[in-house]
Amino acid sequence: MIAFLIRRLFQAAIVMLTVALISFVLFNYVGDPINAMVGQDTSLQDREKLRQDLGLNDPIPIRFARFVANAAQGQFGLSYRTAEPVGRMILERLPATLELSLVAGLFALCVGVPMGVYSGLHPKSWVSRILQAVSLIGISLPTFLIGILLILIFAVGLGVLPSFGRGETVKLGGWTTGYLTVAGLKALILPSITLGLFQLTLIMRIVRSEMLEVMRTDYVKFARARGLTSRAINFGHALKNTLVPVITITGLQLGQLIAFAIITETVFAWPGVGQLFVTSVYSADMPVMSAYLALIGFLFVTINLLVDLLYIAIDPRLRTAQAATRAA
Amino acid sequence: MTFETRRLILAGGAALALALAAPIASAPAEAQGKTFRWANDGDVNSMDPYSRNETFLLAFLQNIYEPLARRDKNLKLEPALAVKWGQTSPTTWFFDLRQGVKFHDGTPLTADDVVFSLNRANGKGSNMLGYFATVKAIRKVSDFRVEVDTNVPDPLLASKWAQIFIMSKAWAEKNKAETVGDLTKNEENFATRNAMGTGPFKLKSREPDVKTVLEANKDWWDKKVEHNLTEVVFSRIANAATRVAALRSGEIDMVYTVPPQDTDTLAKDPNTKILQGPETRVVYLGFDVFRDELLYSSVKGKNPFKDKRVREAIYRSIDVDAIKRTVMRGQSFPTALMVAPGINGYTKELDKRPALLKPEQAKKMLADAGYPQGFEVTLDCPTDRYVNDEKICQAIVGMLARIGVKINLRAQTRLKYFAQILLPKADMSFYMLGWSPAATYDVHDVFINLIQTSNAETKKGQFNPGRYSNPKFDELADKIQVETDTAKRNAMIAEATKIYTGDFGYIPLHQQAVIWAARKNVDLVQTADNSFQIRWVRIK
Repeated sequence: MIAFLIRRLFQAAIVMLTVALISFVLFNYVGDPINAMVGQDTSLQDREKLRQDLGLNDPIPIRFARFVANAAQGQFGLSYRTAEPVGRMILERLPATLELSLVAGLFALCVGVPMGVYSGLHPKSWVSRILQAVSLIGISLPTFLIGILLILIFAVGLGVLPSFGRGETVKLGGWTTGYLTVAGLKALILPSITLGLFQLTLIMRIVRSEMLEVMRTDYVKFARARGLTSRAINFGHALKNTLVPVITITGLQLGQLIAFAIITETVFAWPGVGQLFVTSVYSADMPVMSAYLALIGFLFVTINLLVDLLYIAIDPRLRTAQAATRAA
Repeated sequence: MTFETRRLILAGGAALALALAAPIASAPAEAQGKTFRWANDGDVNSMDPYSRNETFLLAFLQNIYEPLARRDKNLKLEPALAVKWGQTSPTTWFFDLRQGVKFHDGTPLTADDVVFSLNRANGKGSNMLGYFATVKAIRKVSDFRVEVDTNVPDPLLASKWAQIFIMSKAWAEKNKAETVGDLTKNEENFATRNAMGTGPFKLKSREPDVKTVLEANKDWWDKKVEHNLTEVVFSRIANAATRVAALRSGEIDMVYTVPPQDTDTLAKDPNTKILQGPETRVVYLGFDVFRDELLYSSVKGKNPFKDKRVREAIYRSIDVDAIKRTVMRGQSFPTALMVAPGINGYTKELDKRPALLKPEQAKKMLADAGYPQGFEVTLDCPTDRYVNDEKICQAIVGMLARIGVKINLRAQTRLKYFAQILLPKADMSFYMLGWSPAATYDVHDVFINLIQTSNAETKKGQFNPGRYSNPKFDELADKIQVETDTAKRNAMIAEATKIYTGDFGYIPLHQQAVIWAARKNVDLVQTADNSFQIRWVRIK
């Protein structure tokens, strides 16, 4: 077990380094950050001096080594755009992204599962057909379009919900939350729907097909023959058995939600890390871009590592397979 | 059975429904006073007035900080923190400070603060060094008088320093912000997030990239307060469609950067209005007239752009009015000069473009120059710097195709574009650039940066990558720099203007429009330098 863990940690470190290297090389094609930093009439000498001071003239391997050495100590430097510490910039924006992703995920689950159950139980009813049609829209419309449509209806047309921002937030230590104010909760509605719609569709379709499958199985028929209430059959027996794939998918999709949040955050001026990344690309703010990608890389490597460990804990077959290879 | 499932669906959407049914959040501030909410596509990058030499940052910080002499609604200088200024000798300037001015923390403004601020802006890490190129020494004479020695006569010093804001010395020293933040160090500078000035508004709170809140300064020295605001909330909304939607829904009162395609919608909306006028920036094309063979052309062994007839044929085949009609949707102001109205040294009589040529005439001109078949050349263009920049270039490709000049368009984002076309690389043959003399609001800024012969030592012609050069023009520009007699100076400016226009050295296209949008009940003043001053905002 410990040997396995060490091996995986070693692999994770290599993956992180590779991610950092690829992103670092790519950033050199984004453009020259100096031009985004200085005013139009900054002399060419001053521009060159700034480039020299920031070490942008050094060869890529040297800059990369410097970046890795600093990052290993948790130092990401100052943003070229705002001269603020990069680590703090990301930490300040992380709560916004995580809260939005969480609500979007819950929305997808709480609405997607009942919709799926209903259309699985009554596949021929007209309500199911409408739900199916709606879910098609969720899959086929691009995120930014859905966001803009929702803004036009609920903010411009009806004037009931805000079109941008997080509303009012409350500071709890280093964490800012929008969950505790009315304005903050209202501001969450449109972005969460926009972000969660695709996942909702996915979940609804999985639950529906699983439900159809399960309702045909023998134990459901026997349960019905025993005279159990339809409520006990549908939710106690059928739904429970459909949930395994749903939970797997939801877990996997949480990473997707954080990644997809870039578009939603831009549309709703949601002050999260996704929007920070987009802004940084426009001004070739290399320290922020590098740190963001390192963070995302770290997140995914950690999730994968945990999942691998969970598999071993849950699935006895994997353990024996390992023992077998060790013996051989 | 159906009852169960229906209940579940209802429960699933319960939170949603509840939230929707909740009463609309009323703006509580409205009861006590007027709150002005506005938005832009980008944030103010810093609260430090010397960290960036950017129009938007300087305009925003001018609500909190103030210069010695500020600009009025017509861009003319008027007294602010200095009540009087002038030159005691050709190389000495004096500034007499206003008495009784207080910083937002209540401490009085003295000459110490002014000397400290000027030195800070001229010090390490500052991006404002260009405003101090002629400065030799800055000294305090008394508590309310500061004198400045310059290396050479500099008639524009007070005008340039309308962009240099005065900061509290005691505050900066207390918070270890004596110099501008250093990007190569890993520590933050206090002044990037905090501010201590004398301006009409105080910084109340700042969340970078989210919102910045200002409150009216009740103890402001200027008793002619024109605004009627108690609070100002600035938000950053990057997405153009969202920004417009927020204005239409009334969540914000004003949008600073309006997407050109939405101006019609906003003008028609009964609740919103559009403000537009010519910007001081001129967008123009330039030629490589330096190299003996163009880098990107079918012509080998010689440079067609060295021939004035070629430049004239191209200049007079570009229909700027057609560009205005089609590409710019009427939102441009065609020009023949490299400076715009509102800039000192703009000569209206000379702002006339020569008549367009018929294709046959232009072709004949090219044939006379030795190119009867025309030729091929690459035009470099940015895609995200000026309004519709790439589309303007595409229109020009079509116009020049008619006279046999085949243009290959190379369009890139600004971050790559400027690295490619600017000196020292100047890796181009034919390029587009825009320039606003934002440092001095004077034509000399354009002369020295864009048109004078490029020379790294003297720092002249630094943004003249085509390396146009006319000794007679250089001589005049040098004289204009130090001439303090206005009549003589204006005569020389007119003469110099005739030289570069007569040479067809550049193709000025137009000034793009400054476009702002606001709710109908908001009164504001739009200036040609695109510098938005909240002290002129009134909400009805």
